[in-house]
Amino acid sequence: MTDHGSPNERGPLARAVLGPLSWLEDRTGIGAFIAPIMTHRVPPSAKWFYVFGSATLMFFSLQIVTGICLATLYAPSASNAYQNLVHIDTQVPFGWMLRALHGWSSNAMVAMMILHMVQVFLHATYKFPREMTWMVGVLLCLLTLALAFTGQVLRWDQDAYWGIGIGAAIADRIPFVGNWARGLLLGGPIISGETLSRFFALHVFVLPGITIALVGLHLVLVLRHGISEMPKAGEPVDPATYREAYEKRIHKEGVPFWPDAAKRDMVFCGLALLALVAIALLAGPMGPNGIPDPTDIETNPRPDLPFLWIFGLVSLIPPASETAVMLIAPGVLILGLVLLPLFGNAGERAPSRRPFMVLGVVLAATTVGILTWEGAKSPWSPVMDAWSSMPTPIEYVEDRGPLELQGAVVVQNAQCRNCHELGGEGGKRGPALDDVATRLSYDQLIRQVQQGGGNMPAFGKNLTSAETEAVVRFLLTMHPANEPVSSPPGALLPIPPQAAERR
Amino acid sequence: MSAAEDERRANDTPLPQASGADTQSATDGSPCEGCGSSAAAGGGRREFMFKIGLGLMGAGGVAAAAPVVSAMLAPGFRSYAEQWVDLGAVEDFPPGETRFATFVNPWTAPTDGLTARTGCWVRHIPPGGASRRGPVQPLDTSSDEPPPPDAFNPEAPDFQVFAVNCAHLGCPVRWFPQSRLFMCPCHGGVYYEDGSRASGPPPRGLFPYPAKIESGRLWIDAGRLPGLEEAP
Repeated sequence: MTDHGSPNERGPLARAVLGPLSWLEDRTGIGAFIAPIMTHRVPPSAKWFYVFGSATLMFFSLQIVTGICLATLYAPSASNAYQNLVHIDTQVPFGWMLRALHGWSSNAMVAMMILHMVQVFLHATYKFPREMTWMVGVLLCLLTLALAFTGQVLRWDQDAYWGIGIGAAIADRIPFVGNWARGLLLGGPIISGETLSRFFALHVFVLPGITIALVGLHLVLVLRHGISEMPKAGEPVDPATYREAYEKRIHKEGVPFWPDAAKRDMVFCGLALLALVAIALLAGPMGPNGIPDPTDIETNPRPDLPFLWIFGLVSLIPPASETAVMLIAPGVLILGLVLLPLFGNAGERAPSRRPFMVLGVVLAATTVGILTWEGAKSPWSPVMDAWSSMPTPIEYVEDRGPLELQGAVVVQNAQCRNCHELGGEGGKRGPALDDVATRLSYDQLIRQVQQGGGNMPAFGKNLTSAETEAVVRFLLTMHPANEPVSSPPGALLPIPPQAAERR
Repeated sequence: MSAAEDERRANDTPLPQASGADTQSATDGSPCEGCGSSAAAGGGRREFMFKIGLGLMGAGGVAAAAPVVSAMLAPGFRSYAEQWVDLGAVEDFPPGETRFATFVNPWTAPTDGLTARTGCWVRHIPPGGASRRGPVQPLDTSSDEPPPPDAFNPEAPDFQVFAVNCAHLGCPVRWFPQSRLFMCPCHGGVYYEDGSRASGPPPRGLFPYPAKIESGRLWIDAGRLPGLEEAP
């Protein structure tokens, strides 16, 4: 204040600008409120590892801005939401880009949030005194995922429709209150207009409101406890002395957040924003992917990227464990994350001294990564049009007899290839049939086709005896030239005694 | 320091002093018993007003909460009576075939649009229960033989009507007449023509709708998204 001198000593222009500004500052105190926040001291070791939280916040802000714009264009009515989205994409100036930004920024926010969380976890920033910062962060993580899921529903297409169906089916599995939970989720007896309105209210009012409040709390806590230093091996956190030591260090070595630390945030956020715009321009808006007509069942519903791993998980785990995995595991996981700092809020922070925590992150990342990959490929799903769109490879019908050729036709027509590959084309649910004769004998093939088993339906009622015989005769030709047809051990004749003596 | 700030400080200062004086007189109390009793009386009035305020706020809140709680929670508690939906003439579903039928949900809202529509699979069991491809194989040893369909639909013993929703996680199953199987595109659930589970992750067979034939038309009791808790 004093360095500016009295307004009267300045030129008329400066007076015209500073006068109203100082009046505003006097009546509101905004500057006095913000200045200490912007210039609070942060440890000099807070460098590039610390940018992900800011990037998450930036993408969240972008979501709010683009979301408000979309709300001015979108009508949450099941009868015309889809057409509304097409209209935004094709008729509204820059509407497609608005949707592209909102959709891809959602993925970016999830990605940055996960990076932020992993960094905090690896550096054990959740330890004393920042336990609550972490707990609020876990809630923000859940809210972000909830926003992503509800947002996917507002894109009222086939994926959205059947995606809620999956959500309803999971809710339905909750013991005792399943029906009630499903009713709450759907807002009615079926997936309909009331469902979309519910998800709109959640996505636009409830979840963002809670998220904004918790982001505020998260930031207040960050300011209250200060930004943590980079962990150093051999410098464990001791709750008895930590605060005092931190204050002392930060007083001596700390640098103001603005501009010393903020400059890295700005560089990273700027690059991330440019990358997001580039992705949005190149990839365009997400969907809408097909009219949400429940009677149009020629559909192949898939969730958005953040949920593909769950999609993969529920099809790869043993069916008997499903309800437990779907209902209990998330609760245990969330509770574990929330309570994590209460179980270990002191001690070493350096990743090099916490090998099991690092292992946990590697394990979780590998699991989610592989499940996402599997979910994207979903090899367990039948390829619905394989039987009618993928021809039998020519080499498999060359030099075959009439019965074998008839079998090839049945293999095609009985939709075997929806689940079984032939020449690299077809479903991957069951094993490829290219060399099936080296694994199964005639009897085993007959049994397998008629009785099924090993996750294959029994075709005993669905094929005639003649068809089964033809299929098996065809399959017996499926072996490489240099590998014989399999014969079960019981069918092998014992070596004649004379031959044994001659040896 | 600017003049404005000085002014604010000058204005501010009397306030803490005044409040300080207040607390002092309240804590001292002794010089004037009457003051104390009048303060107590005032306290009683204040307390009464405070209680009245609490009560009024509470009553108002409860009164206003009815529609709020209802809007949020009622969908979970609403019960749906039987609603028989017309799927079409019985002749539209020839024996031995499984056909797709659509209907409009009996409970609709003005904004439902296309989602008011629902699909289902109608199977007309041919006489003798044999499939179109020929007689049942003698080698069939599947242990989980389904109950005879007439046990479920006494008023339409030859019909089975299945929801399109897979019993696993609700994706729409498709019927393949050639292999006589229902297949689900999501996680690979497969069902036989009688709706029983063939393979994949579903915990049970397809969800059946109760069906009946009345005046030459096929009716089903429908309107709720089928689920593990609700379906028969």
